[in-house]
Amino acid sequence: MTNGRTRVARRTDFTRARFIAGFLSVPVLLYLIYVISPYAQAFYIAMTNWRGVSASPRFVGLENFQRLLGDGTFWTAVGHNGLLLVLLPLLTIAIALFFAFLLNAGGTAGGVSGIWGSRFYRVVFFFPQVLAVAIVAVLFQQVFRPDRSGMLNAPLMALGLEPVGFLSNPDVAFWSILGVLVWQAVGFYVVLFSAGMASIPREMYEAAQIDGAGRVQLFFRVTLPLLWDTVQVGLIYLGIAALDVFAIVWVMTAEHGGPDHSTTVMAAEIYRNAFQYFKFGYASAMGVVLFFFTVAFAVLAMRLSRRERIEF
Amino acid sequence: MADSSFSRRELLRSAALAGLLLPGAGALAACASPAGGGNTAGSQAPATGAKTAANPLGIAEDKPFEVVIFDGGFGDAYARDIHEPLFKGKHAKVEIKHTATKEIAKTLQPRFAGGNPPELINNSGDNAMDFGALAQDGQLQDLGPLLDAPSWDDPNVKVRDTILPSAIELGTYDGTFSVLNYANTVWGIWYSKKLFGDNGWEVPKTWDEFTALCEKIKKSGKAAPFTYAGKHPFYIYETILTLSAKIGGADVLKNIDNLADGAWKAEPVAKAAGAFAEIGAKYLLQGTEGLDHIQTQTAQNKYEVAMLPNGSWLENEQKDTTPADFGYAMFPLPSFTDSDALPYGTLHSRPGEEYFVAARSANPLAGVEYMRAMLSKEGAGKFTELVSTLTVVNGAADGRTLKPGLQSAASALKEAGTNVTYFRFRQWYKELHDEVAAATGQLMSGRLKVAEWADRCQKKSDEIKNDSSVKKFTR
Repeated sequence: MTNGRTRVARRTDFTRARFIAGFLSVPVLLYLIYVISPYAQAFYIAMTNWRGVSASPRFVGLENFQRLLGDGTFWTAVGHNGLLLVLLPLLTIAIALFFAFLLNAGGTAGGVSGIWGSRFYRVVFFFPQVLAVAIVAVLFQQVFRPDRSGMLNAPLMALGLEPVGFLSNPDVAFWSILGVLVWQAVGFYVVLFSAGMASIPREMYEAAQIDGAGRVQLFFRVTLPLLWDTVQVGLIYLGIAALDVFAIVWVMTAEHGGPDHSTTVMAAEIYRNAFQYFKFGYASAMGVVLFFFTVAFAVLAMRLSRRERIEF
Repeated sequence: MADSSFSRRELLRSAALAGLLLPGAGALAACASPAGGGNTAGSQAPATGAKTAANPLGIAEDKPFEVVIFDGGFGDAYARDIHEPLFKGKHAKVEIKHTATKEIAKTLQPRFAGGNPPELINNSGDNAMDFGALAQDGQLQDLGPLLDAPSWDDPNVKVRDTILPSAIELGTYDGTFSVLNYANTVWGIWYSKKLFGDNGWEVPKTWDEFTALCEKIKKSGKAAPFTYAGKHPFYIYETILTLSAKIGGADVLKNIDNLADGAWKAEPVAKAAGAFAEIGAKYLLQGTEGLDHIQTQTAQNKYEVAMLPNGSWLENEQKDTTPADFGYAMFPLPSFTDSDALPYGTLHSRPGEEYFVAARSANPLAGVEYMRAMLSKEGAGKFTELVSTLTVVNGAADGRTLKPGLQSAASALKEAGTNVTYFRFRQWYKELHDEVAAATGQLMSGRLKVAEWADRCQKKSDEIKNDSSVKKFTR
């Protein structure tokens, strides 16, 4: 009898395992087909001289990677991505925290409240997030126009100053791109941090206020420590965004990453080599390098984010 | 009970899995890498028919084919309304599938990799497929039979004798004529006859006259003297290269095309670059480097700037913003010195707007026959009228009504005679084109000296020369 029961139980276990595996297999299969397999193919294509139209690419080993080492433009692009990786998260989070604090706890009207009109601002800050990236890029092309039709240059020229080549001066163009990226990202993080701040108990602020803390102290002693988890998430998101900047650069700048390669990024170089020069093998080699940069960043971010939570 | 319900579920599950797996396996194989050859139309024998006087190429009279037109500056109406009906007039039973796209490469590259390309392709625009790569992979149909076929209009004259010789040279890859350059473009400095007439400005014939005119226009305060599409420095490096050919002869450009050692550092190139760098420093419309071709051309239509270098498509491109009495006209580059290798009137003119037939398509001969129709007097003449562009077909524009700008380009071309120059690296080595454009933008804004500019262009040229994965061409 017991023997029979265990057999039944074992069979149920087995069917259960099969049942679960059956459900899991679909997502795993999709992941294999649409994520793992393209990666694997990219690694293979990176070692060929495939130019996109032939059915039989030639295997060339590591030649593409060797050439990549001496490709000045690509390393300029890597440098730009590196700079963005540092500056984009820092600037965006600093500005977003400032705004979020003002909207939630910066008010003067007694107690803990946002500044006057904070509900309105919250909606306005989110606007850039709603616009498609390509639209943002075209919009800023007009904002940055170097003649009297440019939103920024028109006032300058009216004052009798020389117009600034926001996108045409290679020394300035990168900073214009950074500005647009920050402008576009800030809104989302204002909302994210606002949500985080809303979950901080009001009593903490009140207690700190009774102890005589000013707004600056409130921010650094109460808000920031309790929001640290959310800020870390923001850092990782923005780090990833900085590594795969593409559309803004491609659509907005002259020569797609110009002038004179002054704004180009890795994704733009990959796209250019694949779809303009038809050097799919070489472009895949760049993709492989980008892959390792991204993995390195992810590992680093996970290491650094191991930190104790503050329970409240 | 439990068992039977499980088994039913299992059955459903395995059926669903099988359904997913089968296409999944196919997708895995066809995802990004090229498909192995031999599984598609490419391996079948191409369709043919009997050769007759009415059908000299021997196309199959009952097999369909596909025409892919780049829907850009020319639109695609010329194909639908002129060439396709013309073709159908002789081959009523051949069905034509018409496709128009702005994204040639994105639409067609997967079809080439998969082995089922369309027959006739108008490979043009920013997102055209790379001809070097196509030639390298044997995707271009040999168009030699087209040249030797009787022309559409007169069975006693071969097609070869009805078109510009430069069209044959430019369409030849690896010794095989395989690309039809249909439109003929003339480059020059464009101005408004009205603006020049109202102010008493005269077309300059020497470089000194040109700079004097720029000075005069600048002083008059009526308009900026000169501009170019700053965001697309091709427009100005084209002019620099044409001037260098005028100073040093056509070989200057041949050396550049052939990636010859030191080609970019030749004296004529340096002189021409220096001359335009000076124009850039003194006479440009404010903000030029940040404006694109449409913005600068529109500024010219508003009489904000007097002159800009451009090709003969300009008038058509600007038709919506040009004032009625603007009077588009162009003049050839002024002579640099008395000892220029080529005389005044030398032009940069070359056939462009490329069409090819995919060698591994199902019905390539129909594509070739379609080209024969395009090269008829009627096909080319109506094309010229409709899209305001000259073609490579001799005399096709005669007796057609041309707009003033096109008329001026046509007569400049006639005066130039054989003194016509062009360069080909833009099509052969797009990387070199991009680098020269980037460097030239910096040259014009004064951030690069002439010698540094030449160094950068030469460096890229050398890099390409040493890159084994890039196919090399010579002329």
